[in-house]
Amino acid sequence: MSHLRIDIRQRAEELVSLYPRPRSAMLPLLHLVQEQDGYLSEEGIAEVAELTQTTPADVRGTASFYDMYFLEPVGKYVVSVCTNIACLLAGGLELLEHAGTTLGCAVGATSDDGLFTLEESECLADCDIAPCVQVNHRYVRTTTPESFDTLVGELREGKRDHEIPSHGTLIRVRRSGGLRAPKSEIASERAGAKAAREQRAAETA
Amino acid sequence: MAVIDSPRIVTARAGYEDSFTLARYLATGGYDGLRKALTMFPEDVAKQVDDASLLGRGGAGFPAGRKWSMLRKAPISYLVVNGDESEPATFKDHFLVERDPHQLIEGIIISAYALQVSQAFLYLRGEFALGLERVQQALNDAYELGALGSKIFGSDFSLDLVVHPGAGAYICGEETALIEGLEGKRGFPRIKPPFFPAVSGLYGEPTVVNNVETMANVPWIVLNGGAAFAALGGGRSTGTRMFALAGRVKNPGIYEIEMVKNTFRDLIFDPAFGGGIINDRAIKAFIPGGVSAPWFGPDLLDLPMGQDEVAEKGSMLGSGSVVVFDETSCVVRAAWRITKFFSRESCGQCTPCREGSGWIERAMYRLEHGGGRMEDLELLLDLCDNIAPGLSWPPQQTTICVLGSSIPSSVHSAISMFRDEFALHVTNQGCPFD
Repeated sequence: MSHLRIDIRQRAEELVSLYPRPRSAMLPLLHLVQEQDGYLSEEGIAEVAELTQTTPADVRGTASFYDMYFLEPVGKYVVSVCTNIACLLAGGLELLEHAGTTLGCAVGATSDDGLFTLEESECLADCDIAPCVQVNHRYVRTTTPESFDTLVGELREGKRDHEIPSHGTLIRVRRSGGLRAPKSEIASERAGAKAAREQRAAETA
Repeated sequence: MAVIDSPRIVTARAGYEDSFTLARYLATGGYDGLRKALTMFPEDVAKQVDDASLLGRGGAGFPAGRKWSMLRKAPISYLVVNGDESEPATFKDHFLVERDPHQLIEGIIISAYALQVSQAFLYLRGEFALGLERVQQALNDAYELGALGSKIFGSDFSLDLVVHPGAGAYICGEETALIEGLEGKRGFPRIKPPFFPAVSGLYGEPTVVNNVETMANVPWIVLNGGAAFAALGGGRSTGTRMFALAGRVKNPGIYEIEMVKNTFRDLIFDPAFGGGIINDRAIKAFIPGGVSAPWFGPDLLDLPMGQDEVAEKGSMLGSGSVVVFDETSCVVRAAWRITKFFSRESCGQCTPCREGSGWIERAMYRLEHGGGRMEDLELLLDLCDNIAPGLSWPPQQTTICVLGSSIPSSVHSAISMFRDEFALHVTNQGCPFD
């Protein structure tokens, strides 16, 4: 019995098939688990281990290296405020402090209503609109305390859910078509290219 | 005088709202470079890139053509494209991925053809949620168009391209760590030698790793010829380059300018680019190429923006990100935050980096927040020297990868340039700018 929902399980199997080795699908599969469970659940980790032909310890050991994976439940909206150099110079630390007050939780914690988790993030590569804020890794471009509070109000009312889906950076990513060319086809193409190269070398010699 | 009319090679479609769509791409010469490349011998395509002297745009500035040709001895198995842009204040790849994904994909296909590989991977930062969506949509369109997959445009060349999402780790921008991430492991940089993934890369097979911006230049080079590219810029720095301007300037943003033709003063002050400092304050210092680079003072504003020109003065163009400090910016605070970043992102394999970054961060923290001691300055320099002995540039390396040797840049620069300000933090027992 699969822990992943049937549609997500299907996407997971497709992802595994894209790579020469199943373990290579580790990072995208973990994103799928978060898409379903909001964090890396025990059951999700076990299923990724099965899909990648590794062990739950391998999966957990890999996942814990990467900042985007949560090993414990987090809020519906993960709010990341950047305080790295470009944002620091534009008041990122002050905005982070303000965000903590508005959301009612400390950095790294989740609000009591379970809606928000606040993160101090490293550079999010949007430095011309600083300080940079992401919610569930969507750029929201609220650079002032006032615009941040407006955003939080809208999030509470669910008004931004169409542009800020819940967890999972692949939630709206679907690959269509594009199956690999058969190995025999590739081999014959390379042989052809090699013959052309040799013929050319002989002609120029 | 600033040169503001250089050709736009990689940001040509920036003005279009729908620059990321296939329709706009095809209407503006899209996939013509690929069609042309497929009529050429693969080695002739590679030669154009070699003739262009295209320097890798990821940070190290290694010539892309040489990276490719070193590999011809053994056939290359994989092409891996590095889109894990995480160097603080660098946002050019974000721009290319979200705004012009087809250009990037076309560059990858042409490069794969030149290298004769049938499998390519594009490792994209996981935080680029919209970028991942746009690139996957563009890939789906490219397969539909016949520009990817089996028998591309009816030729005898097939290629599969997979988008691989990262998951938040600066270190995965290091090419061997990126390969580990692509193998589904922790992003630990691999021990060198072998120095190049071309020798042993993905699954131990010969692999070429190139940056997103490097790939985005390839369609233009094939269409216009390597010589046309090499005619732009000067010296070893050919073509144009995207600079990400951030910090205390009026118009932060991405500016594609011809290499060497402009100075830092042009970029920061010309109305066509940065437009000067916020509130017309005085400039205090600037970082010429990402937070791993040593800082420059206002005395070097008139330095031409070229790879060798900047290297001669003891820093680097690196990732093409320029950060500007004004007279109100606290350099202790800035260097503390940069070190905190390195401390957080150190993968933890090597002691000088893992322990050194945390130690420096704690000393910088107490200087900035009260509790700093005069002897901390010598302590900091000693710690820096232990990570990168001699504090020279380019730095000596005591660690597996260059993250370690990048740590001292900001602290060493700040102390060398603004020792008085550090002393003031000690006598004031905290930041005098607060």
